[in-house]
Amino acid sequence: MPRGNWEGRDAISILDFTRDDLEELFDVAARMKEMLQRGRVPRLLEGRIVALAFFEPSTRTRLSFETAAKRLGAETIGFAGEEATSLAKGENLADTIRMLDGYADAIVIRHRYEGSALYAAEVAEKPVINAGDGKQHHPTQAMLDLYTVKELFGTIDGLVYGVLGDLRFGRAASSFILALTLYQPRKLYLISPPLLRARPEVRARLDEAGIDYEEVSKLDDVLGELDVLYVTRIQRERFPDPREYEKVRGSYRVTRELLERGAKPELRVLHPLPRVDEIAANVDSSRYAAYFLQARNGVPVRMALLSLILGAEV
Amino acid sequence: MTPSEGLLVRRIREGTVIDHIPAGRALAVLRILGITGREGLRVAVVMNVESRRLGRKDIVKVEGRHLSSEEVNRIALIAPSATINIVKGYQVIEKKRVKLPSVIEGIVACTNPTCITRKPREPLRPRFRILAERPLQLQCTYCGTIIDEEDVLEQLEEAGEERR
Ligand SMILES: [Zn+2]
Repeated sequence: MPRGNWEGRDAISILDFTRDDLEELFDVAARMKEMLQRGRVPRLLEGRIVALAFFEPSTRTRLSFETAAKRLGAETIGFAGEEATSLAKGENLADTIRMLDGYADAIVIRHRYEGSALYAAEVAEKPVINAGDGKQHHPTQAMLDLYTVKELFGTIDGLVYGVLGDLRFGRAASSFILALTLYQPRKLYLISPPLLRARPEVRARLDEAGIDYEEVSKLDDVLGELDVLYVTRIQRERFPDPREYEKVRGSYRVTRELLERGAKPELRVLHPLPRVDEIAANVDSSRYAAYFLQARNGVPVRMALLSLILGAEV
Repeated sequence: MTPSEGLLVRRIREGTVIDHIPAGRALAVLRILGITGREGLRVAVVMNVESRRLGRKDIVKVEGRHLSSEEVNRIALIAPSATINIVKGYQVIEKKRVKLPSVIEGIVACTNPTCITRKPREPLRPRFRILAERPLQLQCTYCGTIIDEEDVLEQLEEAGEERR
């Protein structure tokens, strides 16, 4: 199958991709998942090196990329944590990226500044994959989120979505909302305290795409309509007044009782993880919980992305 | 052109007349051009005069200096209606309209403190695409932050203060 438009490509924002691109990616991811389940994965990336440049700590995302690369037979190099901090002190980002560009076949970057991945892609000749830049983008998270929705419902279009939590600073929430603009959700509810509403550029994109969306403050008001509830963390630090946080905190706690009382039986709850207490543990064993499936899907989706971008014969 | 405007334009022998500036923005235009008055250039600022096109407008006349097209396009950020008259020997020899380039580079800084363009020691210039011209909306290419005309004017004012 010709995959001309994938090889060598950067993945900076989910909006770098068309719906057709994503459908193709999901097909490959489904095959990867099948191979993982059978326990036989061809070493499609044997001899390749993937650089993992984690300037900001993120154990989950890093391990997920590392697993994806290694499952396909690639080697990984890179840094994280302390090493990254001292590196960041010593030289500028551009020089670090140039160095990795000389060593690796692809660079995966996580950085706390927005726009850092795009900047890295401008500096590097090799493809750059954004593993989260500041509050802005986390495209591979959005890919695995959409993939999970598709796996659960057979479709991404026509569903009613609620995205709950910190829509202002949360990059997973922002990327998921942006990703939905590539599809046709029936309705999208943005559920957050007024202080943490989606940023103007995200809302501008929703308007541009003609998405039917509404900003609401209370989950209770819309819960009964939802097919997908995407929950994200609300951090106390985001609130100038801790009493304000205490007030909203309770209203965004998703419990089994709440779901059984107010949600459709088909509702599925997603969460990029890690969670703190916004989803009660008693939801885990219920029909509603889809976040562990979602987390597991990270590896096959990233395997698919790496093999497409590195031009492997999949 | 009214007779009085005609006089104002004609009084310059050699230089640039920036006409049709929205009323009250003449000083911001000077700031965009980096003109403080201490360069020794003869500068005339006319504010809040009647204009058929704009109701009221400002005019800036700079004697002995011709504007590059980059400078002209900077003006478009805050004065999209401006016209540039190049004067030689008391005659307007060229009239230009300002035109916003599709990408704005290096003039305005991103307002987002955690944008990569704000990180020290990186060899990159802030870059914006034009979302809307009137009212002005610029979107940072790197972080997506949208900044408006007020932000741009504010930055120009701050830049003016730093120079002083
Ligand atoms: Zn920016």
